[in-house]
Amino acid sequence: MTAPLLEARRLRVDIGGTTLVAALDFAIAAGERVAILGRNGAGKSTLLTTLAGLRRPAAGSLLLGGSDAAALSPRQAALRRAWLGQFQSDPFGSTVLETALTGRHPHLGRWDWESRRDAELARGALDAVGLAGLEARPVHTLSGGERQRLAIATLLTQASPLYLLDEPLSHLDLNHQMAVLELFAGAARDCGAGVIMVLHDPALAHRYCDRALLLQGDGRVEAGAVDALLTAERLSGLYGHAVRQIDDGDRRHFVPE
Amino acid sequence: MPTRRRAILTLVLLGLLAAASVLVSLVSGSLAIPPGEVLAALLGQGGSAADIVLQLRLPRALAGFACGALLALAGALMQVLLRNPLADPYVLGISGGAGVGAMFAMLLGLPLIAVDGLAFAGALAAMLLVFGLAHGDGSWTQTRLLLTGVIVAAGCGALIALMLSIAEEHRLRGMLFWLMGDLGQGTPWWPAMLALVVALVVALPFARELNLVARGLLQAQALGVAVDRLRYAIYLLASLATAVSVTTAGSIGFVGLVVPHLIRLAIGNDQRLLLPASALAGGTLLVFADTLARTLIAPQQLPVGVLTALIGVPLFLFLLSRQPR
Repeated sequence: MTAPLLEARRLRVDIGGTTLVAALDFAIAAGERVAILGRNGAGKSTLLTTLAGLRRPAAGSLLLGGSDAAALSPRQAALRRAWLGQFQSDPFGSTVLETALTGRHPHLGRWDWESRRDAELARGALDAVGLAGLEARPVHTLSGGERQRLAIATLLTQASPLYLLDEPLSHLDLNHQMAVLELFAGAARDCGAGVIMVLHDPALAHRYCDRALLLQGDGRVEAGAVDALLTAERLSGLYGHAVRQIDDGDRRHFVPE
Repeated sequence: MPTRRRAILTLVLLGLLAAASVLVSLVSGSLAIPPGEVLAALLGQGGSAADIVLQLRLPRALAGFACGALLALAGALMQVLLRNPLADPYVLGISGGAGVGAMFAMLLGLPLIAVDGLAFAGALAAMLLVFGLAHGDGSWTQTRLLLTGVIVAAGCGALIALMLSIAEEHRLRGMLFWLMGDLGQGTPWWPAMLALVVALVVALPFARELNLVARGLLQAQALGVAVDRLRYAIYLLASLATAVSVTTAGSIGFVGLVVPHLIRLAIGNDQRLLLPASALAGGTLLVFADTLARTLIAPQQLPVGVLTALIGVPLFLFLLSRQPR
């Protein structure tokens, strides 16, 4: 039996003296998709960076691919998980292709330069997010949505078995929101990638994920299958605003009252 | 897309330019020496001009090249460390610390070796002070580092002004030249050259990681960079490079800020190419500037720091205006 892509044991996440997540036991296997939902400030991003091994947990342990994350070198960790942050910046400017190529960093030796194959991978990733043909464009000339897709392309170029996505749909129009969700659904289905994503739309979470983590923001986390967890009653409690559920075949829509 | 071949080609070109700048500096001066005689002197065949070339002009050109290269390299590193295009080697107070040390030695009329020694000690003191204060609460953020550095630099500036105002008349000119940057102090060239080689050897293996750090610390860490360790190393390296340069030639301005930007505008922001190219270009610029400083109104000499700015500003503005929006 292979180790889960990521496993958290009694994981506690604190920020500024408050406990956001008290004791999370959680594991994700290849091919699984998990949504993280919660109010603003509930600790979704903080939990995600902790799960990525980028932030030390206040207590508990984290395993990436079966090894203690704290003992992994940054490069080894980068080969086991890819992390998409909410903000991208590039104060000095570079081109779209150069940015996508940064995803190859953990795969290259100290003196290596990006090879033709790396460039092909980057071009393939840009193509997958609909940025083909923009390779030579300076990043600062891109729109917000295009930058978000470039960040996703960089993540794909990293080619790791686990994706941790912090609001992957921000700045994206309807068309690209669906395209990105389909892209990661395909990666999970066809390549056995694991995907954990912070989402704000419970309907999309229900449609594109197997399980969900609901962060209450006070240390409690509810975990379970989306069918059981994403209901009008629980979501109303989670967001502190009444939500009505409309069933449509297998799909669910949630409308704020 | 950056390739190794393009990088090597660019560096060879810049290397030739650097060699040309040194050659020009050997030929020109208040006594013009024909290139043939310069070559003969370099090859050890003596000649009437051998002493001028080997004892005066060559050491000065090499010191100039090394200092310019160190400053440009340190500037490029500081810009990445602070993720701020306006950063330069002096922004964190290194030159201020060196200036306090050097001014103090000159104020007391101490010999050259004491001026150099106190300048270097001052630079190290400023470096440790800024590091200690910025790192104090463990956060070690760019903003905190920058603020601490700027404040320490301001404090040093006040001390320097104080010493200038109480200095005796006949010492003032030397002090002012030191502050504006001057290669005519007679400090040996080899420490700076050695520091340059060491700095390049240490920095270049980490160049691709610096590309990622420039884009964001968390992002870089996620892509496999040991960010904290790397940032300490850059800070230390850039500070020491600046300290050596300032000790050798005083606070020559402008090279460290503008040369990395010139290179960036010309060939992009890949640190693997930017760092060595900045070093070569910085050295070249300073050697050219120093040659002009020696010859423009010879036999009188100008402080080279003034000329680096006078050459660099129009060059920079020209390149900037050519850049497509």
